[in-house]
Amino acid sequence: MRELWSSLVQRRAAAAGLFVCVALVLIAVLAPWVAPHDPVAQFRDALLAKPVWSGGTWRYPLGTDDLGRDLLSRLIWGARVSLAVGIASVVLALVPGILLGLVAAFFPGWIAIVIGRTVDLLVAIPGLLLAIAVVAILGPGLVNTVLAIALVMLPPFVRLVRASAQMEMSRDYVAAARQCGASKPRLMFDTVLRNCAAPVIVQGTLGFSSAVLEAAALGFLGLGAQPPTAEWGTMLASSRGFIETASWLVTLPGLAILVTVIAINLLGDGLRDALDPRLKNHG
Amino acid sequence: MWRFVLSRLAMTVPTVIGITVLAFALARLLPGDPVEVMLGERMSDKAAHAKMVQQLGLDQPLPLQYLSYLGRLVRGELGASLVNRKSVVSEFAALFPATVELALCALLISALGGILIGTLAALRRGSWVDQGLMGLSLTGHSMPIYWSGLLAIMFFSVWMRDVIPMLALPVSGRLAVVYDIPARTGFMLIDTLLSDERGAFRSAVSHLILPGFVLGTYAMAIVARMTRSCLLETLSLEFVRAARARGLPVWRVVIKHALRNALIPVVTVIGLQTGGLLGGAVLTETIFSWPGIGRWLVDAIYQRDYTVLQGGILLTALMVIGVNLLVDVLYGAIDPRIRHPRV
Repeated sequence: MRELWSSLVQRRAAAAGLFVCVALVLIAVLAPWVAPHDPVAQFRDALLAKPVWSGGTWRYPLGTDDLGRDLLSRLIWGARVSLAVGIASVVLALVPGILLGLVAAFFPGWIAIVIGRTVDLLVAIPGLLLAIAVVAILGPGLVNTVLAIALVMLPPFVRLVRASAQMEMSRDYVAAARQCGASKPRLMFDTVLRNCAAPVIVQGTLGFSSAVLEAAALGFLGLGAQPPTAEWGTMLASSRGFIETASWLVTLPGLAILVTVIAINLLGDGLRDALDPRLKNHG
Repeated sequence: MWRFVLSRLAMTVPTVIGITVLAFALARLLPGDPVEVMLGERMSDKAAHAKMVQQLGLDQPLPLQYLSYLGRLVRGELGASLVNRKSVVSEFAALFPATVELALCALLISALGGILIGTLAALRRGSWVDQGLMGLSLTGHSMPIYWSGLLAIMFFSVWMRDVIPMLALPVSGRLAVVYDIPARTGFMLIDTLLSDERGAFRSAVSHLILPGFVLGTYAMAIVARMTRSCLLETLSLEFVRAARARGLPVWRVVIKHALRNALIPVVTVIGLQTGGLLGGAVLTETIFSWPGIGRWLVDAIYQRDYTVLQGGILLTALMVIGVNLLVDVLYGAIDPRIRHPRV
């Protein structure tokens, strides 16, 4: 663990990513105390107020939207939504992904074939389209966004766990554990899984960033978080009418998404280099 | 070779069957009563409702319903839109060229730009050029295209219009409204070339640039990263050093020897972007009011037009499977090692 830490900090880019991620998590957790205003409070006397740098006041540092809601507060609360959706969908994809991947590796035969085919099927549909289909069935909303994204992210996890488990199973230590009489569940979840952890962690981090992107995309299409929830994608969608008049409504939520995704990707790349040197330079 | 193609074809059969099951399930799982949607709220008296259920075969057991659905699929009947009664298949056929044109343009931009960026970065490995270009590609990789689309509109339409009106680009639709071009192929670039309206082709190209570029950014970033790492690997091989030792200039070695060998995996990566491009087209078409499949599907969701949604997703998924199959086969044609894997 200490090794991992020092290797992350040594890489400037990864360290920067880690720093931004920690800062974002802190902002998200502390949103009720950090945000200057209520994210849904409408200040009717300050509709479309400009940000500080283009002649606004410090009362609304990043300006307000067309309903007079403070943009900074909405962005801060939006971080909460984005990170929560990201974490929830990664966990929801990771748990069944690990389970199915391990089962497919340990039970070759028809079970593995069924799992493999189902995964092929899910991969054949473009991710966003699949997510849209799921949300169309379940109805728009944040919880269903999480379910849709988790389903889209499931196949890579299954494939990854299956492939790395198969590789580990041919190693001597697994044969030794089997000889010692370790039960199948113990072999699966203790002996093998422990040694597949590195690629899974890396994939989980990178999946986290695409979950944030896709959640905002669904929000942008009006299928994710519903108004008045402060969510970055939804905020972008409602800014479309103000491209000519209130450019800060367009630039700032997008910048928030971009910075978050870059930071997570930098952290993920750093983790990959530190944990799994074999994967370097691929992708 | 034919055996290879047939085996790959056979491998896609279960996937295609699975997709049809999924599309069938989609229509059954959707919330709300389809009959009520079809009849409209005002027309829903009990007798009409029961008659419609029987007409649609909704009173049959599910496996039978699925079989009759398959039968209709094979005959190419995907039903009609619940909103405007247009046939789903003919709508798809009419809109598909627009999406293909956009996706091809994005693919071209991303392939050319990505290979160029990746090559430059590999040649200047470790320098600030390399770091800058890779930083740029990380940004492109992390960019929400629904945001870069809005930024592009802001910059090229709103801001440029005041500063350099010459360079201002159109941001909605496929063609300026003053032109009336009959749809012969559905591909606007070809149709405008065939017509004798002056300036129409230029207008079509200028409408394609921004959406194509925005849609292509993600793929461009991936291609750039892949080109860089493959080229670096190739540049360290014997034959490149041998070429250099023969006194050939660097650019020649890179273009004629190294790049050509590095590009095989890059081509695969480009092919694999198709699914992502079709997904991205949903967003790009929405932002730029591009009359293609993506916007059609999004509109179908808003209008709860379930037949369109079901048929559209099915057809799009089939297209992606087809393209992936094509990439697979082409790859096998280029590289015999894939055709005859050593077991």
